Amino acid sequence: METLIAIAIGILTAAAVYLMLARNVLRFIFGLLLLSNAANLLIFTAGRLTQGAPPLIPKGADIPPEGVANALPQALVLTAIVIGFGLFAFALVLIFRAYTGLGTLDSDDMRVAEPKEQGR
Amino acid sequence: MTTAGEKRGNGIIGVLPIALAAALFVFFFSQISAVSRFGPQMVSVPWVPALDVQLAFTLDGLSLVFALLISGIGTLVMLYSNSYLAGHPQYARFALYLTLFMLAMLGLVVSDNLLALFVFWELTTLTSYLLIGFGHESASSRRSALQAMLVTGAGALALLAGLILLGSVAGTYSISGIIAQGDVVREHALYVPILVLILAGAFTKSAQVPFHFWLPNAMAAPTPVSAFLHSATMVKAGVYLMARLHPALSGTEVWLWTLTILGAVTAVFASVLALRQTDLKLALAYTTLMALGTLTLFLGSDTEYAITAFCTFLIVHSLYKAALFLVVGCVDHGTGTRDAALLGGLARAMPVTAIAAGVAALSMAGFPPFLGFIGKELKYAGALAVASEPVLVAGAVLVANALMLAVAGVVSFKPFWRPAGGALPDTPHEAPWPMLAGPVILAALGAVFGIQPDLIQATLINPGVDSILRARGEAKELHLWAGVNLPLILSVATFILGLTLYALHGRLRAVLTRWDEAAPHFDTGWDRLLDGLKAVASWQTRLLQSGVLRRYLLTIFGALFVTLAWTLYARSPGIPALSFPDLELKHWAIIALIIAGTIEVALTGSRVAAIAALGVVGIGVALIFVIYGAPDVAITQLLVETLVVVLIAVVMLRLPHLDENRRRDWRPRDAVLGAGVGVVVTMIVLQVLAQPLDTRLTDYFEVTAWPEAFGRNIVNVILVDFRALDTFGEIAVVLIAALAAYALLRTTKEEVEK
Amino acid sequence: MNSLILQVATRYLSALLLIFSVYMLLRGHNEPGGGFIGGLIGATGFVIYAIACGTAEARAALRVMPQNIAATGLGIALLAGLFAGVMGDAFFTGQWLFIGASGEDKGLPLSSVLVFDIGVYLVVFGSVLTLVFAMEEEV
Repeated sequence: METLIAIAIGILTAAAVYLMLARNVLRFIFGLLLLSNAANLLIFTAGRLTQGAPPLIPKGADIPPEGVANALPQALVLTAIVIGFGLFAFALVLIFRAYTGLGTLDSDDMRVAEPKEQGR
Repeated sequence: MTTAGEKRGNGIIGVLPIALAAALFVFFFSQISAVSRFGPQMVSVPWVPALDVQLAFTLDGLSLVFALLISGIGTLVMLYSNSYLAGHPQYARFALYLTLFMLAMLGLVVSDNLLALFVFWELTTLTSYLLIGFGHESASSRRSALQAMLVTGAGALALLAGLILLGSVAGTYSISGIIAQGDVVREHALYVPILVLILAGAFTKSAQVPFHFWLPNAMAAPTPVSAFLHSATMVKAGVYLMARLHPALSGTEVWLWTLTILGAVTAVFASVLALRQTDLKLALAYTTLMALGTLTLFLGSDTEYAITAFCTFLIVHSLYKAALFLVVGCVDHGTGTRDAALLGGLARAMPVTAIAAGVAALSMAGFPPFLGFIGKELKYAGALAVASEPVLVAGAVLVANALMLAVAGVVSFKPFWRPAGGALPDTPHEAPWPMLAGPVILAALGAVFGIQPDLIQATLINPGVDSILRARGEAKELHLWAGVNLPLILSVATFILGLTLYALHGRLRAVLTRWDEAAPHFDTGWDRLLDGLKAVASWQTRLLQSGVLRRYLLTIFGALFVTLAWTLYARSPGIPALSFPDLELKHWAIIALIIAGTIEVALTGSRVAAIAALGVVGIGVALIFVIYGAPDVAITQLLVETLVVVLIAVVMLRLPHLDENRRRDWRPRDAVLGAGVGVVVTMIVLQVLAQPLDTRLTDYFEVTAWPEAFGRNIVNVILVDFRALDTFGEIAVVLIAALAAYALLRTTKEEVEK
Repeated sequence: MNSLILQVATRYLSALLLIFSVYMLLRGHNEPGGGFIGGLIGATGFVIYAIACGTAEARAALRVMPQNIAATGLGIALLAGLFAGVMGDAFFTGQWLFIGASGEDKGLPLSSVLVFDIGVYLVVFGSVLTLVFAMEEEV
């Protein structure tokens, strides 16, 4: 299954790169979402996959039973998801704001900070 | 500038720098007997211990001469400025710059550490920049200031490299330590690079040909600044450095010829150009160049005569040149012009200025009984003692001296005692006493020391010469009358030639002006250089900063692909075999779900389809978390997916469609790059999975979660206990993102309402 | 949305989600759950309320500005972390008090860790609502 997920990560990344290179910034945001999914899966998979054994310590025991899932990447991914949401929300507001301000979603036309020079 | 008498100064801000400079002068003056009797005085404070940089200060003969000149002339210049710029709205700024400069310069000459010396060196460059550009409303002032800083700053970079090389060759950055092992330095393979780099710094600072062009332009500064920085002190920093390192670096052919030739060329070249000038200040600026050239010339040698001549001329020049600059300031102040062709007959209206100017000029021209005469005699003696080419050197000094005499006449005789050449802008009037104090005292000192050379012989000249030659009692005696000898004959020749040149200077100037205009100018070359630099800068900015987001991203992803692919190719043991053991239908189904959703998001032209597909991907990923024992992560993922859809749906109401015709989005080039990045990422993940997993952290968390942290959900224990500080940072980021988005939205609303 | 059924149902659903979110928060240390998840669930409850009944009513039901809730949460988390410093440990070390502990039974545990998790809950809850409310109102 690790191999299969590795391939899925590659496809997610490929699509993310493709979308982020689009002129329409809405597509860019979609790419951003796919990229954070890819990153989360990558961290999760790098900690190895263990089927059906969440890292919980049963009542009465001091340590979890042998062979529970790796808890560390789970903790990392959990916060990454929430932060990724914050980033996504901010980016979404930003493009919305850019659209109301500039009237376009085409990143090639968003050139207030670095305007096109004369004669080029 | 206000007319004299209206305002007497600038209050406490004007008085403080004067008091500070005077106090420093008194301090250094009190050190004279200690230095001349007991040798160098040292103080040391650790500064950057890790780099072995100490704030080590040494006061030996050479430092003392410089320190006295800096603080003494500094006091007079501060006093002068207080009247010259009386009531200037930015006087506080001016006084601050000037005081900072003085302190930096003092630090430079007493520092015993190469790196500390360099820091002070750069501080003088900076303060000089600020002072030249003090009249910042004028474009030419700003240009001159920038030019001075770029030229001396570029030299300083070379100097820094040279000093570091020198320090590493000698094994210490202590100047006294380096001087003590001059032989090691001279015989080292890096001697020539060190010399070239250090001389590049010294020559730019002291405006030697071909770096001389910045100094005349620096005359844009207020006159007291020119008197202080650009004749008496800062430009002598280069000379000081050469003198300071003379024991470590001199005595080789390279040293001798470089300093002798460039010094001689500068001296003659500058004194010819000095005669051409009609602006009194510019004429003085060129004679300053001449003096710097002469000083460099003497440092080339290591005979006692040459070094005695160096020390004497250093003092002589500082005294008369500062006096004359201040006189020019008085003339400018009193008449409103500095044009030598116009000025004349001022002796009646400005008697004190006229006398001070006359005395200083006689010293400059080298007439007895002034110190200038002794200086000139010693110059000839020193020139003749230069073993290699006495005739050439003496000839250069003769021509330079004769031209100096002529310039002295132009600057100090003609404006006061000859009839005026035209109407003056203001009715001439005498300057107030604080402005006269400087020229009078400095000129008088030139006369006093000339009549009584013993006053400076044992106190300044001997310790100065000793510290350059690293020996005691080497200095030659200063005499007004040394008998009929070759130097005296050369002096007489100088007078005849100089007076002739003065008599002819009107005609000579016309000829020189024609030549000068025909010759190529460093200044125009400078402008072209700067223009070229700007063109290159804008060219590379256009190249790197296209302003198009897609191009930046293309560069980033392209670089990512190349570096990852190259690393894989160079470091990877090979492609791991793809194996799919123990896969059930549900696994295939989840992966297929994710891949299908991904491709749909990438290619669809409909945003509703895109959102739905994104949801599919998110749920697929959540399912992976569910299957592989991560309930917390799965719940979070599902909740976030819900919120993402809500947010996109809200925003979509106001955004246009992805594509008006809902066409599929197909860009072959981007697809190729995306596929490339995807492939290398998959390869990297497979490589990671092929490595053994380091579970030490996980093991620790598992063992301690319950016994020590009292939690049964290990993931939660990690989040809120083991790695709570990380979590704190993360929630802070979430809050900041939310507030930033909120602020952005609020401004939208306000704009719409407007 | 002007659906009466939805509006009425939402009032109950939101209340349930809010209670459930607190439950998830409190049990988080031993079972799946915790501040992040609790905060997200609680926020979802109010988001549904806002969709069904309008942002103004959701804001009124919340009474406090969501950004203030988030900021307060960050402050609580910070205090919980600094508390360990007051007790002489390194910052962000968990501090525990067991009420009525005897032998194996640890009684009612109170800890700075729980306070920290409450801070996380409030930050996530407040931040999400800040975003969603602002979007709904401004867009």
